[in-house]
Amino acid sequence: MDERRPLATEPEADGRGAPADGEGRPVLEVRDLVKRYPGAEALNGVSLTLPRGTVLGLLGPNGSGKSTLLKSIAGLVHPDEGEVRVEGLPVGTATKARVAYLPEVDPYYRWMRVAQVLEWTATFYDDWEPDRAEELLQFMNLRRDQKVGGLSKGQRARLRLVVTLARNAPLLLLDEPLSGIDLASRARIIRGLIGQFRGGEQSLIISTHEVAEVEGFLERVVFLERGRIRLEGEAEALRVKHGSLQALFEEVFA
Amino acid sequence: MGGRGFTPRLDFTSTRPIYLQIVDEVRRAIARGELRPGDRLPSQRDLAVQARVNPNTVQRAYREMELLNMTETVRGEGTFVAQNPVLIRSLRAEMAQEALQQFLQEMRALGFDGSEIRALVDQALTGDGGGGASRG
Repeated sequence: MDERRPLATEPEADGRGAPADGEGRPVLEVRDLVKRYPGAEALNGVSLTLPRGTVLGLLGPNGSGKSTLLKSIAGLVHPDEGEVRVEGLPVGTATKARVAYLPEVDPYYRWMRVAQVLEWTATFYDDWEPDRAEELLQFMNLRRDQKVGGLSKGQRARLRLVVTLARNAPLLLLDEPLSGIDLASRARIIRGLIGQFRGGEQSLIISTHEVAEVEGFLERVVFLERGRIRLEGEAEALRVKHGSLQALFEEVFA
Repeated sequence: MGGRGFTPRLDFTSTRPIYLQIVDEVRRAIARGELRPGDRLPSQRDLAVQARVNPNTVQRAYREMELLNMTETVRGEGTFVAQNPVLIRSLRAEMAQEALQQFLQEMRALGFDGSEIRALVDQALTGDGGGGASRG
């Protein structure tokens, strides 16, 4: 059962260093990515292309390389081999301004208040939209005067999402935004995401092993296993064939 | 009930494409009178958020309903259930057929033949469908 399609990752001979604003150009190109950690290989030759405006689910069990792949795209991990391009540019300072990355673990200080987290983050990014942050804060049921240290796990996850979605970045990377979070917060996070996501101009990769939660939202899926792409395809086509992505996930990783 | 609160019930474990499930749900709501001609449907974004599906999927469903003449979109105002008297009649007839076929299929699978099914239906309709009926 191999649904992989030929990947259109080969750059045209004259395509190197092409300007970043090419409309038809995929927002993300990953080629032959390898990352080794002492004693383990986190990524073992991953290639994928993300067309602009797509919602991609990066699915796989724990330890399959999802986080390493997202961190490589965000520029937080340096791969040993291969190449990542965001809007045609190699990962670096320029691409960091184009990528909004939601980490799996909280990066905020416990003594900070929600308002300080927002102000602090806003100073790093030119694409920060204060009005949008405010709207998201309300939707996510968070108050500006709450202290990070006093927030529940679900509330902290919602805060991370507020901070990520308040940026008008062309590429959003969400690393396990639903992991270990109560049902009510999960529903709110998914709804907030769908409500704020700017399809067309914005592209999104969401890594998760909670497949059922995002079943209706994904357009493409990549199944990752031990650092390799096991299966890749159109979400709706796979659903029609296998019943649900959840069922397929269980089948693939049984 | 106005159309704005309409939320389709979707089954993500079904092999039926999600956009068609949305169309099915609207058809059902129109046939049952839960959505009336002229009722405004939720905005595509609101429906996507409520049903937790991709906005593109909703867009596809709305386009499909437009093609089927179930809805009319007024620019800047929204999408409305079509003012089309034939629509409700034909949707009701269509859905009655579906329900009937499903029922017959189930009864035949249980081993009842035509006359037995007819008798059981008559009995149920006259209200004395108490436990007297037995097979064979």
